[in-house]
Amino acid sequence: MNTTEIGYNSKIEGNVVHTRLDTAVSWFRKNSIWPMPMGLACCGIELMAAGASRYDISRFGSEVMRFSPRQSDVMIVAGTVTYKMAMAVRRIYEQMPEPKWVIAMGACASSGGMYRSYATLQGVDRILPVDVYVSGCPPRPEALLEALMKLQDKISKEPHITDKKPARDRGLVLS
Amino acid sequence: MAEVRNIEISDSAVRSAEAIDELQDLQGEKMTLNMGPSHPATHGVLRLSLELDGEIITKADPEIGYLHRGDEKIAENMTYNQFIPYTDRLDYLAPLANNVAYALAVEKLLGVEDKLPERCKYIRVICCELARISAHLLGLGAFAMDVGALTVFLHTFNEREKIYNLIEALTGARFTTTYTRIGGLSRDLPEGWTGELGKFTKEVSVAIEEADKLLTRNKIFIDRTKGVGVISRDEAIDFGLTGPNLRGSNIEYDLRKAHPYLVYDQLDFDIPYGEVGDCYDRYLIRMEEMRQSVRILDQCITKLPNGPVNIDDGKIVLPDKQKVLSSMEELIHQFMLVTQGQNAPVGEVYFGAENPKGELGFYIFSKGGGVPYRMKIRAPSFVNLSILSHMLPGHMMSDIVAILGSLDFVMGECDR
Amino acid sequence: MTAKQLAKKIQSQFKTITSDAIEFRGEFTVGILDSNQISEVCCFAKEELAFDYLVDLCTIDNDDETPRWTVVYHMYSYKHFQHLRLKVSVSEEESKLPSVTSVWRTANWHEREAFDMMGIEFIGHPDLRRILMWEGYPYYPLRKDFPLAGKSSEMPDVAFTDPIPLEGGPFVTTSGGQDSAGREPRSRTPE
Repeated sequence: MNTTEIGYNSKIEGNVVHTRLDTAVSWFRKNSIWPMPMGLACCGIELMAAGASRYDISRFGSEVMRFSPRQSDVMIVAGTVTYKMAMAVRRIYEQMPEPKWVIAMGACASSGGMYRSYATLQGVDRILPVDVYVSGCPPRPEALLEALMKLQDKISKEPHITDKKPARDRGLVLS
Repeated sequence: MAEVRNIEISDSAVRSAEAIDELQDLQGEKMTLNMGPSHPATHGVLRLSLELDGEIITKADPEIGYLHRGDEKIAENMTYNQFIPYTDRLDYLAPLANNVAYALAVEKLLGVEDKLPERCKYIRVICCELARISAHLLGLGAFAMDVGALTVFLHTFNEREKIYNLIEALTGARFTTTYTRIGGLSRDLPEGWTGELGKFTKEVSVAIEEADKLLTRNKIFIDRTKGVGVISRDEAIDFGLTGPNLRGSNIEYDLRKAHPYLVYDQLDFDIPYGEVGDCYDRYLIRMEEMRQSVRILDQCITKLPNGPVNIDDGKIVLPDKQKVLSSMEELIHQFMLVTQGQNAPVGEVYFGAENPKGELGFYIFSKGGGVPYRMKIRAPSFVNLSILSHMLPGHMMSDIVAILGSLDFVMGECDR
Repeated sequence: MTAKQLAKKIQSQFKTITSDAIEFRGEFTVGILDSNQISEVCCFAKEELAFDYLVDLCTIDNDDETPRWTVVYHMYSYKHFQHLRLKVSVSEEESKLPSVTSVWRTANWHEREAFDMMGIEFIGHPDLRRILMWEGYPYYPLRKDFPLAGKSSEMPDVAFTDPIPLEGGPFVTTSGGQDSAGREPRSRTPE
């Protein structure tokens, strides 16, 4: 895990930091990930518990859990995605501005879970590009926080200022 | 001398009211609003297609099915014990209560409900009441948060974390417990659990009083909920409402008193019921039900007997693992139960239990064997939601949130 | 009054179209032989016998037997505190029976779900459309000839379905237990 951490003592170095622009931007982005909670089923309750006072998710920067896709960075798909709901999830994903990431929380979102039936989408990665999968039924809030930290690692390694194509052209979107 | 003129200036409401009569033809059209499946205030994935005339709703059409996972079809392909995890995820706020209701339904089909040991019945009652407190805490917290009181939500979630600790010590999982088995429970209580439960009942009583102080005489809360979402007595029965929604409309009926199951006839508790049938009544009923559940829990802790926890029948309950590995008869029982399930008789049975949301019923039609031929889950939230298209027209748009919160439904149960 | 007496009252009112009440585990089931008169029977049950609460309305697919459909009505009376069950058989060619929405308004959504899952139509229903699946879904999922894995369908902009990977089906025993060999868990695929 090689990341360039920005840790400094302002008394020694003063209030000016020298670093690469890329590193600075990824530091900003990873420490203020605003989630769009797509709480569909039981995992949504554990998502709420992660946001409540005991497993405070706002310690990690996810302070604002507003249900507006236009203002969020990561979509946490928590719960079973059925075929009826799939188009709505896709539409909300399209409404999120770049850069965006997806956490598939729970067994149902990762792979359909124990619901092997005619009405359940076998994993949300059939319609969205997923960055982190969290296993569990439901995963403990600590597991969700670990997933958020893994996502933060991933964000810190991604290039941000280079000539980047949108997600569609990067071959990441399965249509 | 100048005369004094009497000038009358009416306020804007009066002026617009007079103007409407003259401007009939200039009235605006109705607006269609979609309160879509992903919405912070609908508890889960519910879609409401509303037709609005200004702020007043003229037509409301709820659309469900966004969480339909095919539970009933899956049930035709699982043995009775294999289906228990699916019952957890029906009303996922009170999974223990669903487990108990399902186990009782199958035990009624098998005809062994009288053979359950006393200890098992008392532990199941403790599980049901813990689940009731947990579900009402979240229901009230979410209701208060939607109406505007955010603090209550955080307080109730704190209490629910304590319940999660207890349940995790008992079953191994925070929720989605899969605790009961056909003919008993998966394991007995751990050491010292009843002491922890006694401590918890004292703490949760304090928390209920705190939430009470924050909400019950709060002017804003009363204004938003009193007189809103009134369900009359006849409507409540005709639409098949159950649970606190039914009791809000002046009907004193609770399955635990009317058709007692487990050991509810030996316990001492009251049934709260309301007068008017508005959102405020339903809120008060849920608060009082939590206090009565605490009362039941205290009685159960003192009355809990010792003894076995499972029925002593190798054809229904998995035998002790030590005996399975050393004795032939137990090995055969284990093999038959795991591969073919309990051999249920031909027949059909319906059992309804008093869940926190209402009457959760299981109708099992069996043609023999370990797999049901047809299982129908009578979900209280499915029936409670059907009243929306009748009740919402006439209310204002901001009342929707209060009504949805007071009906307290869970989409996992509604769509199955 | 007990459930047995209430069942007898229904039988005495509708002599020709009811069969004897069957008792199992303390519950009484009355069979109705003419599906076109179910609405009258339910109306009588509600008005005269005070069965004011329809607990559940369920449909069963009897696969190879005729008649194919069985519709089950669970009723409860808040006056007598008794349950009663009515069962009606409908043949596959007909697949229709009168709606009881005019008797109990709660039957509205129950009948929509029965139509959605089994394909039985209810005559006189105010708004018969699919409730759990989407409008335009071509199959009826709870029928016995519909596999658990589902079939593919495509409705652009609304929803799509794909058959799920079950690798031979759920390896589970069957109901209608014959002997022990017949009850062994096997892979099950319809037709």
